Amino acid sequence: MTYIAKPKFSHPGLPRNELGFTHRDYEGKISTLCAGCGHDSITASIIEACFELSIEPHRVAKISGIGCSSKTPDYFLGNSHGFNSVHGRMPSVLTGANLANRDLIYLGVSGDGDSASIGFGQFAHSIRRGVNMTYIVENNGVYGLTKGQFSATADRGSKSKKGVTNTDNAIDLVAIALQLGATFVARSFSGDKSQLVPLIAAAIEHKGAAFIDVISPCIAFNNHSGSTKSFDYVREHNDAVNRLDVITGRDPITVDYAPGTVQVVEQHDGTRLALRKIDADYDVHDRLAAMTFLQKHAAKGQIVTGLLHIDPEANDLHDRLDTVATPLNRLDEAALCPGSAALDKINASLR
Amino acid sequence: MPVQSPISSVNDFVVRFANVNGSGSASANELFARSILRHGVPVSPRNIFPSNIQGLPTWYEVRVTEEGHLGARGGVDMMVAMNPQTWDKDVASIEPGGYLFYDSTKPMPSSKFRADITVIGVPLTAITNSTYTDPRQRQLFKNIIYLGALCALLDMDPKLVEQLIAEQYKGKEKLLSSNVHALHLGRDWALQNLKCPIGLRVKKSDKVGDRIFIEGNSAAALGAVYGGATVCAWYPITPSSSVAEAFTSHCKKYRHDPATGKAKYAIVQGEDELASIGIVIGAAWNGARAFTATSGPGVSLMTEFIGLSYFAEIPAVIMNIQRAGPSTGMPTRTQQCDIIACAYASHGDTKHILLFPEDPAEAFEFAAQSFDLAERLQTMIFVMLDLDIGMNHRLCRPLKWDDARQYDRGKVMTAEMLDDGRDFGRYLDVDGDGIPYRTYPGTHPTKGSFFTRGTSRDRYARYSEEGAVYADNMQRLVRKFETAQDMVPRPLQANAAKPTKYGVIYFGSTSPAMDEAIGLLEARGHQLDRLRIRAFPFHSSVASFIADHDFVYVVEQNRDAQLRSLIVNENGIDPVRLIPILHYDGTPITARFIAGAIGDHQDHLKVTPLRKAVS
Repeated sequence: MTYIAKPKFSHPGLPRNELGFTHRDYEGKISTLCAGCGHDSITASIIEACFELSIEPHRVAKISGIGCSSKTPDYFLGNSHGFNSVHGRMPSVLTGANLANRDLIYLGVSGDGDSASIGFGQFAHSIRRGVNMTYIVENNGVYGLTKGQFSATADRGSKSKKGVTNTDNAIDLVAIALQLGATFVARSFSGDKSQLVPLIAAAIEHKGAAFIDVISPCIAFNNHSGSTKSFDYVREHNDAVNRLDVITGRDPITVDYAPGTVQVVEQHDGTRLALRKIDADYDVHDRLAAMTFLQKHAAKGQIVTGLLHIDPEANDLHDRLDTVATPLNRLDEAALCPGSAALDKINASLR
Repeated sequence: MPVQSPISSVNDFVVRFANVNGSGSASANELFARSILRHGVPVSPRNIFPSNIQGLPTWYEVRVTEEGHLGARGGVDMMVAMNPQTWDKDVASIEPGGYLFYDSTKPMPSSKFRADITVIGVPLTAITNSTYTDPRQRQLFKNIIYLGALCALLDMDPKLVEQLIAEQYKGKEKLLSSNVHALHLGRDWALQNLKCPIGLRVKKSDKVGDRIFIEGNSAAALGAVYGGATVCAWYPITPSSSVAEAFTSHCKKYRHDPATGKAKYAIVQGEDELASIGIVIGAAWNGARAFTATSGPGVSLMTEFIGLSYFAEIPAVIMNIQRAGPSTGMPTRTQQCDIIACAYASHGDTKHILLFPEDPAEAFEFAAQSFDLAERLQTMIFVMLDLDIGMNHRLCRPLKWDDARQYDRGKVMTAEMLDDGRDFGRYLDVDGDGIPYRTYPGTHPTKGSFFTRGTSRDRYARYSEEGAVYADNMQRLVRKFETAQDMVPRPLQANAAKPTKYGVIYFGSTSPAMDEAIGLLEARGHQLDRLRIRAFPFHSSVASFIADHDFVYVVEQNRDAQLRSLIVNENGIDPVRLIPILHYDGTPITARFIAGAIGDHQDHLKVTPLRKAVS
């Protein structure tokens, strides 16, 4: 955890977004992670995505568990409330926060130890409930803070820094998220900011459970030969199915593309995504095909990245619970308390 | 053996129904209890049931008590023996001179009965089978038929029972008339074939007054509705599940927007207790009133989050409906066994606020109040019910609500306050009461945000591992706990008619048995001052009560004298002065037990002067 505040001054010529904010307004404290950590690149991508979307920084609630990845919410959106909760329990804390106030944007940041091991259950259940959130796993295959033990996403046969071979099967969180009905599923690589930034932006815009698995090499404990989560390995095996180029909001798409190469995905709330296809046959709407595609490519040792699935008609937990439009945390006595007259009737019915 | 004369008693006896669970007997038995209430005679019913859905023995005990003794009494004056599995034990448990009611369709060998009781056989199966053909109807109406027979035997007014049935099946005429018919089948058979009434009788009285008849879990759930809880996350566990289920049904009735029909609440059945408390803490962090209901094993699972609530100072409410532990223990039996587990839950130095309601009325009040306390003190509040209060109908004073009452949302800094230049330090003690201000997420674009964490931090929520900074925060938490002492419900004291050197401390569901025991003890010549503890931290009156007496009995329903340990530990009391009176077999504590245990002890304390003994 850092206690180092960043200096406030900035270049007067920094670009400003629709709300007049610069990148600096989306930054947090100085990172205390290792130099070159993939997680810092993800932090930068989150900052970029929020800047591009012109989000009011204080309208975001950033929630994490415990671990290197879970420290990162301190390093972006310094004017947002953050909650570094309990190991593996970010999803439940986020679910509760979301129920209390449906008007904020919920950004859940977790790691592979946090989400695939101790918090595997909470990961699964928050997805199946359709909590409206952006759930990012910063996936490096190791426990960094405790110095390099394998996590549950480490591939079978991959080697630790100390030379130990992992004999357990890996959990693919993307495959699980698809199976559980996440309505936005993506995978990316911390070293590919141009792919990652629009994915984060699209996930934030998505109403429903949006999950992004970001392979994020651990420079200290998992960037060696024999690792399948190293910068080199991921670059060599990265198999992108598409690239999300523009988040269009409600404006018409103006970028020109060759016919047939771009798929425009219109979401329920009117926001639109322009998706440049790399694999012509890949259909982001077909959840079952996506699951098969992933399995086939995983068997070949390829890491499939891009927007893997989206359900534009998704609903969220509030829809399912049919809650009022006013955030629950703003309801007062008049709205919540049935009063003494109702209680008298209750008493009468109990005699 | 002298001939035992049959027990003769009006409005003061215990009837126990021995049934098989899943046979539909529960509603008929409850109807019996309610019918007696309608005679103006208080009753105190208790379910004694297994952790099972169908086929195992279950009992329903009704204490008929004109005097209004609502604790369990012990002993059975009349056994309605409907379960062959438990026959021998059931027959053996009847008081000498008591009554055995059974289904006499099949003849029983005389060895199966006792000479010192009155045996009443009614051919229930024969009557039922000659009237009904459908197997399910046979099973259900058999229960109503025995109710009819009891009506005649105990001299109850059938009109009052009919009226209850009419209320229950309002708008379902067919069910209504068939139930009334079954009632009279049983009653008429008894009147024609048996000597009615027997020695046990129900006579109309006026001792019920305006009291209501409600289960503690339902009352606590209603308290959560009135207290403004909007988020409930829970995981099913006996005996707490009916809290969340009652909250759901109360919310369906009272918490939908009349214009849109939308819900002003969110209820999530979590995947486990960890998720449930996580959701509660997330919601409360974000400014909603949130709670969970659970029992001992659930509290064990929640302890990491409970520590977070204490240290990061997030309001939350846990309703703990205690059952007999440890481990899975006796899931359907009652105890007060989580006092220490809850008071000091979680690793590191922690202390939590506990509320001890004595009955459903107080469960309603404390549940509503727990949200004010949680938000005022920004910490975890435990509402400590137990199975005896939670899952039994209890006669209690009507629930009350003052419409002028406003929720105490605690110290929350608003955007206006921040704009006015108020210094915001999330863990800054500005008022000297140990309670800092908090802000809700999303309050202000540039001010008031902070990072919530379970790691140590300074007064401005900045991460710190400085020893002095850590200790400063821990000391403030102690100050906050001291502040809580005067906010939680105070102990209630009742003094004996004559000055006495002896006192008794008790709490929670022990209350009715204790009240009754005082009378029994007085009859034995023992005077005791009483103090009913209603919350932890202990108010200063607890220490002064102990100081005012030579010896104080501490009555509780656990093996290890947990409340006594807490008093000794927190108040530095000499343990010798606190005498434990412990009941922990899973049955509700009785006045007979308390009076026996304290009485025996008191007899020992009465030292006969040496001169008198020698002379």
